[in-house]
Amino acid sequence: MTATLEVRNVSKTFESDNGDRIQALAPANLGVKQGEFLSIIGPSGCGKSTLFNIIGGMIPPDSGEVIVNGVSVSGPHKDIGMVFQEESTFPWRTVLDNVAFSLEVAGMEKKERLEKARHFVELVGLTGFEHHFPHQLSGGMRQRTAIARTLASEPRILLMDEPFGALDEQTRLLLGDKLLKICDALKQTTMLITHNITEAVQLSDRVAVMSYRPGTIMRTIDIELPRPRDSELISTDKFAAYVGQIWEDLRTEADRGMKAVGEA
Amino acid sequence: MTHAEPHQKQRLAFVLWGPRTAGLLVLLFLGLILEVLVASGIADPSIVAAPSEMLMSLERLFTKDNLGAAFLITLAQALSATLLAMLIGLPLGWTLFRYEVLGRAYRGWLAAMFAAPLVLLYPLFLVIIGRNYGTTITMGVITGSIPVALYTCEALHKVSPTLLKVGAAFNLTAKQTFTLIQVPAAVPDAFTGIRLGLIYALVNIIGIEFLIDFGGLGRVVSTMFFRYDIPGMYAAIFFIILISLLFLTVLKKVERWLRPV
Repeated sequence: MTATLEVRNVSKTFESDNGDRIQALAPANLGVKQGEFLSIIGPSGCGKSTLFNIIGGMIPPDSGEVIVNGVSVSGPHKDIGMVFQEESTFPWRTVLDNVAFSLEVAGMEKKERLEKARHFVELVGLTGFEHHFPHQLSGGMRQRTAIARTLASEPRILLMDEPFGALDEQTRLLLGDKLLKICDALKQTTMLITHNITEAVQLSDRVAVMSYRPGTIMRTIDIELPRPRDSELISTDKFAAYVGQIWEDLRTEADRGMKAVGEA
Repeated sequence: MTHAEPHQKQRLAFVLWGPRTAGLLVLLFLGLILEVLVASGIADPSIVAAPSEMLMSLERLFTKDNLGAAFLITLAQALSATLLAMLIGLPLGWTLFRYEVLGRAYRGWLAAMFAAPLVLLYPLFLVIIGRNYGTTITMGVITGSIPVALYTCEALHKVSPTLLKVGAAFNLTAKQTFTLIQVPAAVPDAFTGIRLGLIYALVNIIGIEFLIDFGGLGRVVSTMFFRYDIPGMYAAIFFIILISLLFLTVLKKVERWLRPV
């Protein structure tokens, strides 16, 4: 099957305030197939978020290209929907209006867009909270609102940067269950950036492991766990084996990262 | 219903009303002390009015000295000045935000003007415009537009970069980003500037009215002062304080509505 999203030889170097050049990404290559759930995992500072921003069109790469359905893209693309790690719901809009945002921008008629937004609110399990404002919701509910808002724009690829990073472990697992159900229901092609191994194994069909700076894809691991899945999976031996395998790859890189930070 | 609920309600009521009641009681206590000091002759009644006399003068101010009309005149001037201050301050704040060089060049100047006693400029406008509402409103506009511009600029700078990234991810145009994200995100902080602008305009207008013995509430205080009507003068000042409190309460409520967190 051809890749829906392809990252081809993408690299990026930044200049620090004191003029030093920092290579965040060495040429990285990656492909995501239609309907696949791919997680990218790596130690802190490995360039995961840089890769996220390049794929989403937020920053241009120094070299290489991002290809969506065979077409090279530059800048934000309607086929890629982004969910950010930080708080990103609009505080002045209700849940329903937040979710309907992209439809409003697209010029959809009010009645139609609210009806469609309701469907996505239901999909993320926020029925009954349509008229709540973000400050009246928990962190997990706000993040679900952000996911629903992105899904409402019906992107071919859902791109998420540690969307549950600020949440506690229990909420993270439960939201992982919810996300699995949503992606199964929509057959959604998804790319998740995370530093949480459990989350990556729980959700993914494949996990790409990144090296420490300059970040590149060291290897990808197929997660052959049965679907549909839920968080009960984490107590199985096979799950633990995958976590161990990924940690084995990550440990050296994480250690390298810690030493580099210590030396800086 | 659990047993904790009535207790929690009582606690909430105390938290809400306790400080307000305490504040009012202290005010009443101080009023009582002042009353005793004036009645006993310790405080000179030609300098300080007894609170009871002051309160009784309020009615006289309304019936004989048109305090109600004076209030409306000052209110109309303050609202006009604030409206004009917004018309100047909001685009000015946006310009300082939009053009970084201008912002860096002039924000410091504006901040310095915000702290300066601009009321001292009134003789200049008295000469240019004359002893009329033009002078009082102009002073209100000048003092009111500075906080509006400063807070608008600050509010636009404070818009979360993540929200702007959301806009970019949805491929919004610059105009859509401005109207759908930057403006609503900046409204609560920009309103703080409008609130300050209104208060500065009100204070300055009353001050100028007093100084040039013209217009609304400030003129009433001035008239009482020149008439040597001490209880009347304190009553007018007391009324102005009440009006300011009312303004502040209403504006705070609007601000809380705009910024519910």
